[in-house]
Amino acid sequence: MGEWWTTVPIGTSMGNYDISSISHVTMSPLRQNNLVSMYSSLPLSKSSYNVISAFCTEDNIPQCISYMNQELASLGLSSTCIEASSPGGAGLSTVPALNAMYELLQIHRRNMGTLEELEKEQLKKSSSMEHMQMNNSRLKDQLELSIREKSGLHETERQLQLKIKTLQSCLKTEKEEVQKLQSIISSRASQYSHDAKRKERETAKLKERLGQLLVDRKDKKLAIDVLNCLGRSDGKRSHWKTAKATASHEGEMYKSLLSDYEASQRALMLENAELKKVLQQMKKEMMHILSPRQLSTRGATADDSQDQADSDGEEKAGNSSRETLDQSCEHAREQLTNSIRQQWRKLRNHMEKLDSQVQNQLESNKEVIPRETHEDEMERMRHEVQQCKEFIHAQQQLLQQQLNTSFDDETAALLNDCYTLEEKERLKEEWRLFEEQKRNFERERKNFTEAAIRLGREKKAFQEDRASWLKNQFLNMTPFTDLPYQSVSLFLNLRKNASKCLPQKQDFSVVMGTEHNLNDDNALQSSGSQPFT
Amino acid sequence: MNFSEVFKQSNQLCKVSPDGKYLATCVQYRLVVRDVSTLQILQLYTCLDQISHMDWASDSLFILCAMYKRGLVQVWSLEQPDWHCKIDEGSIGLLSSRWSPDGRHVLNTTEFHLRITVWSLCTKAVSYIKYPKACQKGIDFSRDGCYMALAERRDCKDYVSVFVCDDWHLLRHFETETQDLAGLEWSPNGCVLAVWDSCLEYKVLLYSLDGRLLSTYSAYEWSLGIKSVTWCPSSQFLAIGSYDEKVRILNHITWKKVTQFEHPATINNTKAVVYKEVERRPAVGSDDLSLHNITIGTTLFNTQSKYEICPLPVQLPVVKPDPDRANPKIGVSTLAFSSDSRYLATKNDNMASVVWVWDMQKMSLEAVLEQTSAVRCFQWDPQRPRLALCTGNTKLYLWSPAGCVSVQVPTEGGFQVQSLNWHCSGDSLILLGKEQLCLCYMDTDQEDK
Repeated sequence: MGEWWTTVPIGTSMGNYDISSISHVTMSPLRQNNLVSMYSSLPLSKSSYNVISAFCTEDNIPQCISYMNQELASLGLSSTCIEASSPGGAGLSTVPALNAMYELLQIHRRNMGTLEELEKEQLKKSSSMEHMQMNNSRLKDQLELSIREKSGLHETERQLQLKIKTLQSCLKTEKEEVQKLQSIISSRASQYSHDAKRKERETAKLKERLGQLLVDRKDKKLAIDVLNCLGRSDGKRSHWKTAKATASHEGEMYKSLLSDYEASQRALMLENAELKKVLQQMKKEMMHILSPRQLSTRGATADDSQDQADSDGEEKAGNSSRETLDQSCEHAREQLTNSIRQQWRKLRNHMEKLDSQVQNQLESNKEVIPRETHEDEMERMRHEVQQCKEFIHAQQQLLQQQLNTSFDDETAALLNDCYTLEEKERLKEEWRLFEEQKRNFERERKNFTEAAIRLGREKKAFQEDRASWLKNQFLNMTPFTDLPYQSVSLFLNLRKNASKCLPQKQDFSVVMGTEHNLNDDNALQSSGSQPFT
Repeated sequence: MNFSEVFKQSNQLCKVSPDGKYLATCVQYRLVVRDVSTLQILQLYTCLDQISHMDWASDSLFILCAMYKRGLVQVWSLEQPDWHCKIDEGSIGLLSSRWSPDGRHVLNTTEFHLRITVWSLCTKAVSYIKYPKACQKGIDFSRDGCYMALAERRDCKDYVSVFVCDDWHLLRHFETETQDLAGLEWSPNGCVLAVWDSCLEYKVLLYSLDGRLLSTYSAYEWSLGIKSVTWCPSSQFLAIGSYDEKVRILNHITWKKVTQFEHPATINNTKAVVYKEVERRPAVGSDDLSLHNITIGTTLFNTQSKYEICPLPVQLPVVKPDPDRANPKIGVSTLAFSSDSRYLATKNDNMASVVWVWDMQKMSLEAVLEQTSAVRCFQWDPQRPRLALCTGNTKLYLWSPAGCVSVQVPTEGGFQVQSLNWHCSGDSLILLGKEQLCLCYMDTDQEDK
């Protein structure tokens, strides 16, 4: 209803505030209680009356009338038209006005009715929606519950299945065992019956024989018929059976038993000694392996174990002598085995540590070549070597082939000639080069010697010069004693200067000595022109 | 390898004298003694009936021939062919007869195992031993010939009596803890006696020479137990073969199991060599088929065979025995140690065509020989680790650590090798067929394959 009124044209000449106030009033939100709104419209009517009175004033009656006509026409009440009672007058013709009012009232009532109905409908619908929502939530809850129940049931079903499986397997094993036992029983039974039958047959035969004998009564005696008695196999006479004989038999028997035991004991002792030796050796080696490592790799933590090992070692060293004497001593044996076990444990730990170290190294330090790459390299190199060998072999073969190609003699000779010619040419070239180099060499040597000669001469000149200079100095030195220091210092300076020259000269000669490259003219020139500075 | 010609024999009775010089064979009721190297007949004796059993005395001077049906034993002398000796058991019957270790007494087991009669050839005296037990192996002489162990059964209990063979003095008599004693055997050093129970109970008892029980060994209960027992020649090990297809080795120091050898049907994961005998029939070329060839070559019908080394895994042929019958053909029935105690050869009855050779030093399988038919007999060379076996066909098979070879016995008319015996020197083999025998001389310097 509110929306309707908002379509009131705002563009009319009426005051904007009026229209807006109308629309404002009619846009008041309709509450659920229509009746309340109905009754609340009553005080509104008063206010609306006030508003309507603001709508039409004495001045704008015709405009209002035309406006009203317009509105009525738009509402569909074309029949009634409001007319002015008198043109330009301030009154209305009552009949059409009343008719219009009545129709408006009807319309209003109808609207109110529909409004009521709609409100009722809406209530109903909202209540039903509420109901539905409640139902929905309840059903959702139920659904969740049932899902949970289902999963729980699934779980129990699975467990029961599992149980069934285990029980079935148990049953199977039991059945198998029963079968096995049955087969055992049957085989035993058949064996028993077989034996029983055999015995029965034998008894039957016995009975038969007995019967026969009883009937026969001709007892065939047992007898031996020998041409002549034999001697005993060992040639001796037979002895009487006496107590001494029995005792001797017993003695013999025990002797043989004893000798057998002694033999086995000896063998066992030997084996034992061997094994002990092996163990001792192992122990020594293990200790040897462990001890230098312990010093280097392990730190303070190993000190006590090292000490223990040392003390063990000492103990063992002390005991070893005792052990060799006291081989069957149980205590020594136990000690030996315990120490072996200890050493073995240490060795094992050490190996494990080394393994882990290697692992870490492999991971961290890539420069350390692991064994696989080393081996790969080796393989590759071997392969290369093999390839090279094959290549060389092929080359050889080709060479042979070339040399041994069966041409006829002429072409062969020609070819040979060609080859030799080539070689000759090559040799000639090389020889020429060689000669050239030799010449160069000679030249350089000559230069060298000339330079040396020059040098010698210059040296001599220098020496003479020096000598004369010294002489001059010496001669210039006055015998006055007030300038001894000066002269001495001068002399010393002189000496210094002179000695300064000497190392240079030394360098000079060294330079000359080393740089005798033929083509290195620079060296010669530089050496030649080295001044005496 | 040379083969001699074929001679007749009956009853598989053919034995070489202990000194290795003579070969005695029985042909019906005749006893033929030949020289081993020349095979010439040296002596010929005639017995009163078909000879059932024949044996040499330990000094190789006398031979006994037993005729079980007649209950007679005749003893012949090699040096004096005129000398004769006849032992008659009378109405009591004769079950078995054997020499004593000194070669001067004959022990006869009477029928129904009523008693053992000890006949002395020196004094013509008779002694009796009562209640001998009727079992697989009830008597055993120690290797040095000093003692004899005898199983007895009195009042439903088993006893063992130890006699001194010198004068048959009863040294020890003790009860054994067996249900039903099946056999006993002295260790080669003569100090331990192994006694085992019947197959219904797995039990091995070890007694010292003076009758003390040293140890008992029982691997399992209820299932069928021991099938065969053998000592190692050095007395270090006792090998027990049982119905569960395993061999258990006990050591002589603790008498506890050192190891067990299994005989599975599928071999994989082993370092052993598996030899499989492969037969190849010679191609019958139609152009060669002339009368000449047929008459000469009976080898045309003899299949050649050779050994092939099979790669692992290998599946062996298994014959499942009838479970309802007694003494089923399953389990390790034959065990043999080589003379140097290095190898043990075994045969499992449900894989009857397979011989297993085990290395006792490494305690592992050394070789497996799979033949085309069931192995009848195998024996180790007394001097070296060489195994000879036969499967009832015309071939002889030899295994040594160097390899394996199959040799056709070149005789006419096909000679089926049923059993074999080595000569004590290890230089020759005696092959016994059904009615024939043949000697095979080995090359002493040549190693096979």
